[in-house]
Amino acid sequence: MKRGQTPSQTVGPFFAYGLAPEQYNYPFASLAGGSMAGDTTEGQRIRVIGHVYDGAGDLVPDALIEIWQANAHGRYNHQADDRKDNLLDPDFKGFGRFGTGTTPDNRFIFDTIKPGSVDGRQAPHLNVVVLMRGMLLHAYTRMYFADEEAANASDPILSAVPEDRRGTLIARRDPDLPGVVYRFDIHMQGERETVFFDV
Amino acid sequence: MAGREGDDMNSNRDWSSQPPYILEEYKSTVLRGPTKPLVPIAQSLSELTGPVYGHEAVRDFDSDLTKNARVNGEPLGERIIVAGHVVDEDNRPLPNTLVEIWQCNSAGRYVHAADQHDAPLDPNFLGAGRCVTDENGRYEFRTIKPGAYPWRNHPNAWRPNHIHLSLFGKSFVSRLVTQMYFPGDPLFEFDPIFNGVPEGARERLVSSFDLSLTEPEFALGYNFDIVLRGPKATPMED
Ligand SMILES: [Fe+3]
Repeated sequence: MKRGQTPSQTVGPFFAYGLAPEQYNYPFASLAGGSMAGDTTEGQRIRVIGHVYDGAGDLVPDALIEIWQANAHGRYNHQADDRKDNLLDPDFKGFGRFGTGTTPDNRFIFDTIKPGSVDGRQAPHLNVVVLMRGMLLHAYTRMYFADEEAANASDPILSAVPEDRRGTLIARRDPDLPGVVYRFDIHMQGERETVFFDV
Repeated sequence: MAGREGDDMNSNRDWSSQPPYILEEYKSTVLRGPTKPLVPIAQSLSELTGPVYGHEAVRDFDSDLTKNARVNGEPLGERIIVAGHVVDEDNRPLPNTLVEIWQCNSAGRYVHAADQHDAPLDPNFLGAGRCVTDENGRYEFRTIKPGAYPWRNHPNAWRPNHIHLSLFGKSFVSRLVTQMYFPGDPLFEFDPIFNGVPEGARERLVSSFDLSLTEPEFALGYNFDIVLRGPKATPMED
């Protein structure tokens, strides 16, 4: 018997105390936050900072961003990824979650590590889910790294994206900030509308 | 497509079951939903894997919202039990799957600081919970029936009573965030969020009253099954 998919509904404006309670200072334990790397996590430490803009160019103050990524060896911490050659990292789960409502300029911030290349074909990337009030259905996108030019050039997903829109998926190093910081803004609409995937 | 890869692939989003990104009647979608066509991509390990949170992620009382935020007494309102199965489209149970919920209190007020609805907060009710499905894919929460609340989408707009739910399922592409409603709500016909889902699918968002779930002298029971994107139908091999 086939059963129909349960339809999606908006995350609404009041998700914080349920999905990101510690970030927003509610008395409930968070499953995940913006800090994705532990003390012994392998790989290059990076920080990802971004904003979410609506179609009027205004900052979205109540979006929830989720990240799913491979570890430094390009391995996902999940049973469907059983490639023994790519080691698991006991100190890296690969999931992060951050709402845009706790910083003065409504940014999201993830402290993580740069993922390895997943299967030799795909360039290092973060898988991103975007949720907010005003979206009945979440959106999927990806974040790639501007300093991985060669790998990006042969990435099959980036190649599926019209060339003039690929830039919306590529995060750039911010040389003015200490550490390794990448900037990745998400534009829901407009000239620079981020590429979202049907997947 | 053969072998392991075919078995692991997820079905696509069924667009006849899902609401659109832009829906005039739900005003804030107009500037927030993507407008350009989604770019179709093949599923790779990035899409076939996803975050796993099992029983270790859940503490005692996380699934009992009538108890998990008590300060000086019991929360006010009608106690309910919400339970059901999480399955894939082939009706196969999804064990060890995280279910997160959040909701307003019996007066229709959320704990969230941005909720300015002039209804009382309940000092003994937070409205957040989580649990993990058992080996049969079953989950169960105890909570307080959420009230209706007004919003500013259109004049005299009220949301039907609902509980927000969040699930990961088998992989990142089976991610689902949704809302569960209660049977026979008179506000359904006025709610663009509920009605944004195509007819024939939106009924899946309505729980059913279930006397067998009811706990005598304690709480009424509502059943709500959740169907996540499952394996893609594999072509017949001969
Ligand atoms: Fe709500």
